[in-house]
Amino acid sequence: MSNSSDIKLVDTPDGYEGQGFFATKLDTVVGLARANSLWPLPFATSCCGIEFMATMASHYDVARFGSERMSFSPRQADMLLVMGTIAKKMAPILRQVYEQMSEPRWVIAVGACASSGGIFDTYSVLQGIDKVIPVDVYVPGCPPRPEQILDGVMKLQDIVKSESVRRRSSPEYQELLASYNIS
Amino acid sequence: MALETSVIEEKLTGKFGSHVGGFIQIKDILSFEIAESVSNDIIRFLKEDSVLRFNFLTDVCGVHYPDNEKERQFAVVYHMHNWMDNVRIRIKCFLDGDNPEIDTATNLFLGANWQERETYDFYGIIFKGHPQLKRILNMDEMVSFPMRKEFPMEDGGRTDKDDRFFGRVTDNATVNKE
Repeated sequence: MSNSSDIKLVDTPDGYEGQGFFATKLDTVVGLARANSLWPLPFATSCCGIEFMATMASHYDVARFGSERMSFSPRQADMLLVMGTIAKKMAPILRQVYEQMSEPRWVIAVGACASSGGIFDTYSVLQGIDKVIPVDVYVPGCPPRPEQILDGVMKLQDIVKSESVRRRSSPEYQELLASYNIS
Repeated sequence: MALETSVIEEKLTGKFGSHVGGFIQIKDILSFEIAESVSNDIIRFLKEDSVLRFNFLTDVCGVHYPDNEKERQFAVVYHMHNWMDNVRIRIKCFLDGDNPEIDTATNLFLGANWQERETYDFYGIIFKGHPQLKRILNMDEMVSFPMRKEFPMEDGGRTDKDDRFFGRVTDNATVNKE
């Protein structure tokens, strides 16, 4: 057991505290739990994936944000990180991976190619993964540095923290999925 | 004894006459044109002749020349290599712009299978007798033959690309004249 005092804990959410009790909203508690254990599914097709390897290794250490476990099964992942050029031939596979993820699921488009097709202004490349799946956070850069990827993860954590537990069954969300033809 | 290019030229013109022509030495590769009607016979001859011995088909690819006259708008280019004498040749076969068709070389070189599919995929050139002539690199749903000049380079679904940053003006773009 470590007696060190520099163990980092997440901040207590807003709520009422008294002798032996603490009361807050269920949304915040669930959001807190989700945001601090986002399991990433890396979908790396090119150089942004190399940057992500640095991000998840000891120096930048994405585990500090509760993402120590890379999930290579879409069924046990929360956060799909798409890193690299997605050829049009790859698009149905990416879509299938997204469909196999269980709710709640979030997507980060890492780098210019995943966000918009990047320099590949051509017939064979998907012009941004948001043409086939909904995206929560876009990370700019070609490729982005690990700090930028971590910033993207932290932005996603903010989104996850403030997300209502009912969002996934809301008509707006159903509509969003329907617009991508995902049921 | 090395295989001289003059020997290749003599043997080919001796056997196929006016169906071969345009012999030209480009760097260290002898290049020439052949007629579509006898393309398979010529490749077979180059492969099986005891002197020529071009035992290896290095590459098959297509070219589109939209400014040529109708009968010469497409070309299929074969590269062959004689491993014994280490001699390479380049063969061009021009095809009709409306109906580009040529006999497959898969009966002579199994390796032509992949490259002919690729050439079909990008240029729409039909290789008659190919065992499985379908798209290989592009997605199956694609309707265009993207390396033909009449098809745009860019993806139609692009929404946030500014042509100025890609050094080009698209065909459907309106150019602002000052």
